[in-house]
Amino acid sequence: MSDVVEKTLSALPSLLSLDSQPGAGKLSSTSKLGSLIRNITELTSKHEEEKLIKRELAALKEQVSSPNTTMKQMREAMVRAIYCEMLGYEASFTYIHAIKLAQQGTVLEKRVGYLAVSLFLNESHDLLLLLVNTVLKDLQSSNLIEVCMALTVVSQVFPKDMIPAILPVVEEKLTHPKEIIRRKAVLALYKFYLIAPNQVQHIHAKFRKALCDKDPGVMTASLHIYLQLIKESPDMYKELTGSFVTILKQVVGGKLPIDFNYHSVPAPWLQIQLLRILGLLGREDQSTSELMYDVLDESLRRAEMNHNITYAILYECVKAIYSIYPKSELCEKAAKCIGNFVLSPKINLKYLGLKALTYVVQQDANLALQHQMTIIECLDHPDLIIKKETLELLFRITNTQNVTVIVEKMLGFLKLSNDDYTIVDLVGKVAELAEKYAPDNEWFIQTMNEVFSFGGDMMQPDIPNSFLRLLAEGCESAEESRQLRLYAVDSYLAVLQKDSAHLPQRFLQIISWVLGEYSHLKEGLDVQEVRQLLMKLLDRKGVTTETRCWVLSSLMKLCEGPGADEMAQELVERWGSSLDPLLRQQAQELLCLSLDKDLRTRTLPLATTWDGLEVDSSLSFLDGFVAEALAAGAAPYKPPHQRQQEQCQEKALSLEPYGLSLPVSLSSCSLTDRQSPTLLSMSSGQSGNSTEPSNKAGSSKLNLEGVKRVWGKEGYLPHREVPEESAPVEEASSAVQSSSQQGGASDKSSMAHTEPVEQDKEKQQLASSLFVGLGSHNATSLMGKSETPSQRFRRKPRTQVSTSSSVTSEKSDSSHSSRSTVDSFLYGSLLEEEPVLPQPNTSHTPRVTTANGSSETKTQSFIPTNGTFEGEEAEEEEEEPTQTENDITSVTAHRTKQGSLIMNSDMVIVQPTMWSDQPKDWSQDDSGDLLSSGSDTHMETSPLLLLPADLRDLPHSNINTLAADQSLLLSSCHVYRDDALVLVIFLSNSGETPIQEIAVQLNCEQLEVASLRGNVIDTLDGLGTSVCRYTLVMDGAHTQVEMTGTVSYQAGPGHTQTLPFSSKLSLADFIRPLVITTEEYGKLWLSFSHDVKQNLKLLKGDRDPLVTTLDALKETLQLHIVDIIGSEGIVACRLLQGAPCLLHCRIHGDSLAVWLRSSLPGLPDCVLYYCQKALLEH
Amino acid sequence: MIKAILIFNNHGKPRLSKFYEHYSEDTEQQIIRETFHLVSKRDENVCNFLEGGLLIGGSDNKLIYRHYATLYFVFCVDSSESELGILDLIQVFVETLDKCFENVCELDLIFHVDKVHNILAEMVMGGMVLETNMNEIITQIDAQNKMEKSEAGIAGAPARAVSAVKNMNLPEMPRNINIGDISIKVPNLPSFK
Repeated sequence: MSDVVEKTLSALPSLLSLDSQPGAGKLSSTSKLGSLIRNITELTSKHEEEKLIKRELAALKEQVSSPNTTMKQMREAMVRAIYCEMLGYEASFTYIHAIKLAQQGTVLEKRVGYLAVSLFLNESHDLLLLLVNTVLKDLQSSNLIEVCMALTVVSQVFPKDMIPAILPVVEEKLTHPKEIIRRKAVLALYKFYLIAPNQVQHIHAKFRKALCDKDPGVMTASLHIYLQLIKESPDMYKELTGSFVTILKQVVGGKLPIDFNYHSVPAPWLQIQLLRILGLLGREDQSTSELMYDVLDESLRRAEMNHNITYAILYECVKAIYSIYPKSELCEKAAKCIGNFVLSPKINLKYLGLKALTYVVQQDANLALQHQMTIIECLDHPDLIIKKETLELLFRITNTQNVTVIVEKMLGFLKLSNDDYTIVDLVGKVAELAEKYAPDNEWFIQTMNEVFSFGGDMMQPDIPNSFLRLLAEGCESAEESRQLRLYAVDSYLAVLQKDSAHLPQRFLQIISWVLGEYSHLKEGLDVQEVRQLLMKLLDRKGVTTETRCWVLSSLMKLCEGPGADEMAQELVERWGSSLDPLLRQQAQELLCLSLDKDLRTRTLPLATTWDGLEVDSSLSFLDGFVAEALAAGAAPYKPPHQRQQEQCQEKALSLEPYGLSLPVSLSSCSLTDRQSPTLLSMSSGQSGNSTEPSNKAGSSKLNLEGVKRVWGKEGYLPHREVPEESAPVEEASSAVQSSSQQGGASDKSSMAHTEPVEQDKEKQQLASSLFVGLGSHNATSLMGKSETPSQRFRRKPRTQVSTSSSVTSEKSDSSHSSRSTVDSFLYGSLLEEEPVLPQPNTSHTPRVTTANGSSETKTQSFIPTNGTFEGEEAEEEEEEPTQTENDITSVTAHRTKQGSLIMNSDMVIVQPTMWSDQPKDWSQDDSGDLLSSGSDTHMETSPLLLLPADLRDLPHSNINTLAADQSLLLSSCHVYRDDALVLVIFLSNSGETPIQEIAVQLNCEQLEVASLRGNVIDTLDGLGTSVCRYTLVMDGAHTQVEMTGTVSYQAGPGHTQTLPFSSKLSLADFIRPLVITTEEYGKLWLSFSHDVKQNLKLLKGDRDPLVTTLDALKETLQLHIVDIIGSEGIVACRLLQGAPCLLHCRIHGDSLAVWLRSSLPGLPDCVLYYCQKALLEH
Repeated sequence: MIKAILIFNNHGKPRLSKFYEHYSEDTEQQIIRETFHLVSKRDENVCNFLEGGLLIGGSDNKLIYRHYATLYFVFCVDSSESELGILDLIQVFVETLDKCFENVCELDLIFHVDKVHNILAEMVMGGMVLETNMNEIITQIDAQNKMEKSEAGIAGAPARAVSAVKNMNLPEMPRNINIGDISIKVPNLPSFK
């Protein structure tokens, strides 16, 4: 011990010698920091450390806030603060001082200040705004070190919105004489590109200049950018391939200065970058790949030295060779290289070798075959990471013949690992393999049992879902499915009879579902026994409510035969008064069903098949019930969002202090509310919760969680049809080849090992079982995971349930489907509480729903339309304006009378509530307009007249040709309506013969598209023209969106043709003026958080430049100029009826400083872009 | 891109943490703990790569680490970085530290956190590798230090400093302070053919 101390002390002077020059100030600091550290090391518990640091922080606080603290002391205090923060204690009071230090200090203090800032703050921290000016000043400093520090801090933390402020200065640095500055500037710009790609679009040319910089360091830095750009869009940079190849050639050929060598390898990191870029460029592109064959070959040849870094190059080289269009010679060399990696005793290289094999094996399975013995050895490697990588490789080469061995290995590994990430990953893989390649039922069920017990509640929810779906849908032969189910029942009975306390909830849910659904298949099985097992489960501690619901619903199915009534009675007694509403409800249902045998057999028939399930999505069977209830005085149903809105209005003041008084925020408020209704009945809230996880995951898969999924937050849960992979299956050729391959494989391995010891024999056996079926002839069919494997469990192709709307029941309802009826009966007072109307669910329904309108009207049909109920009328009036076709057009018609907002932007604000104010009028002028807007107007009439009458008075664009072929001409016109962009498409028959059955389809992912009329036309006469129109609504901010569409028609009988078209829409099409007063503007301004600032060009005119510029903007962009005061102007606009965007413009020297704010992220950026464009083009 | 650089000692005490992506304070501490947990239980003779924990971002990320005497150097990177390349970058980093601190030890990292950060900033900028040449890095650092010296002016009292530290009672620190094998190069591999 003593000599260790001595050693330390002898080391200390040298350590301190570094500090000796700075002098006395530094000394005291060292001792302060030193004593802190010393104290910390003395501590024995975390608690003591906490106390000590608290004291330290208090002292620090005092020190930094004292006016007497010198800069030097401050610097020292900052280092201590850094130390505390590193240990995980917040020292937020020092942040502002860190900024001060960076602002005011000399270079030395600045350095500490900047460092502290970059460690303490993140990009969105408010305090960073205070740093912008300092950074700007330092960037322009003549002191190189200051410039360097500023560039470093800029690339570390810089607020995205402030980038425009410093961008020009950073750009300037690209031409700085010092290469280090140029290099840092390039990286800073790269960082800007990563966080705000829009803002650096214009400097792509400068990146190119950096690539050609005379200094290799700057060029290297620019490769970061190019790697990213090429990753995003390789096609744009193909022409640079030649340059990259030349650079690599020079580097490999040793043309770089010797300084760039690392262990006598020329610029290895640069080579790695270049090889990656080449790999990306050459992917699936023969001509580009041909350019690089030579240099790749040379790299392979040159890199045969013995340092770690050369292996790094080799590995990248091999990867590049296998990424690009293959060349057999090169691949051979690369394969040899991979072999060397795999065989290497160095474990890192082995790891990379396995990774490379995994990558390559998809193209060339033989390579795995060559190294089978090594792979087997790796399976038993002590390093778990190597093992895992090997399993990954095996996963790629799995086929029907080796699946049992491979899955066994994976499960073995699962038993050993305790890291969540690995478990989730592997469990998913095992489940995938089991479903794809299972040799028989028994194995499949056993394997899935293991999966469920290992995966527990962490695994991806789609694993149990697809398992249950597979069971429910069955395989192609009925007998086969019966066997599978029977086996599952057997196996689960066995599982439950054993100790099942440790089983995860998900597994218990699956077990109970299967037992409930299929236990009748097992002959001679006493139902009571199953019930007993399930009841036991019900009472066990640690079982979640969700699982209990599953169990209860299973018991409901088993509620038959002797003892059923007693059981029902017992369950109801036990759970009927449960605190949990879901359980209580289940128990009540059970009671009802056990009393009414007929109802039970009708709702829960045995052996439900999938195909027969018909879901009445409109719930029309309830019509009578609803009508009766309404007649009896019940309040009509209101969709949740509407209820929410009403509630919102009541409490308006407390919710949003500023926004609600304005029309703008009202509409945006209703939007958000729809997604988060809080006013929900208990049960629907519960079931809503249970669906939520799967919604979040965006999975369109089966959701079997919870019991009732028919009702969600938003009312009836729409259900998306999952496109079935009804894989056309050819029996893989592998079976035929298996025998010969098996022979071949073991032959090879026995040749490799001339003296097989016992252990080797085992390994070889393993090898032959693992690599069976792997060979050159069937390599491709084996490898491509995407190709159709010979799947044991083929699902029956399901007939799509086609209803007019996309609303069908959740798939998972195989067992409960019919129960939805029961539910509805049970909810006695459901009118007010339960969402009866299927509400188009914004988050569920596909965006493009041409059928949307029709489904809407349909759903409403079961509100009796005789108008006897006042409430009902009121409801219709309050309906969202955009919901039905009639509403939209009528509103438009109504508006037209007043003149459009856009045409005369000084008109009064159109309150959204307007629709409810004047209910009667529009139904009247409605009809006339609608009828006149029909088709069949002739071409001779002026194109303008072709516009439907109700749109004619609205501002619109010119008519442009979209597409044309020999018989049909498509042209379009944009009509700017306040609440949407109406796209009017003219279909003109350019021939004499009539065209039949024209159907127009329009797609755009970023927009909400709704067809208004005319997208299906039976006949279009010769030379006739028809009009179809779509409303497009933009919710998020996009600078530009592209929409595509097709028109299909029959020019002759039975001869269908399609005509594709596409068109681009810019944000400017969706911008509408927002008319508000200066006061309202002020309030709104404060409530928005997303902002951008930039300087724009100022237009010169004979009038005041500010007025000229703003007028120009108004002209091109439909903005509303709220006020102009002196050299400042405020302007407002909004995205259709949605998020407002406010502009604050100020004359600043020769330019116009614009500050944009909005409630919608990204909108300020986009609007700024168009302002910039408008002024440049002016 | 490099997501984070962590240095901690054999007991899991953080010695340097630098995140190039924003995480909350708590998450950062959790990442450090989790990383230490993952790395510390690995033997000496296993590979230097680890597939990322759940925390730092799923399958695309991996941890690349080296263990020198009392310290672990861990880089968390995404798939766009070369594994072996980063491994050598760690080596360059440590060698540079060794040059700057003349026989670097854990104490140096504790007492001069700011200097270590400055050295790191010359190598990695905003998550991107900026410079891999040790001499270049040292040139930059020296240039900065020169300013420091010129500012400090008259030398203080080194002797007092030493005695101050000597009197300082360091009960636990002395263990394994000197990293003896710091300059050990990556052992050469048998001929690669």
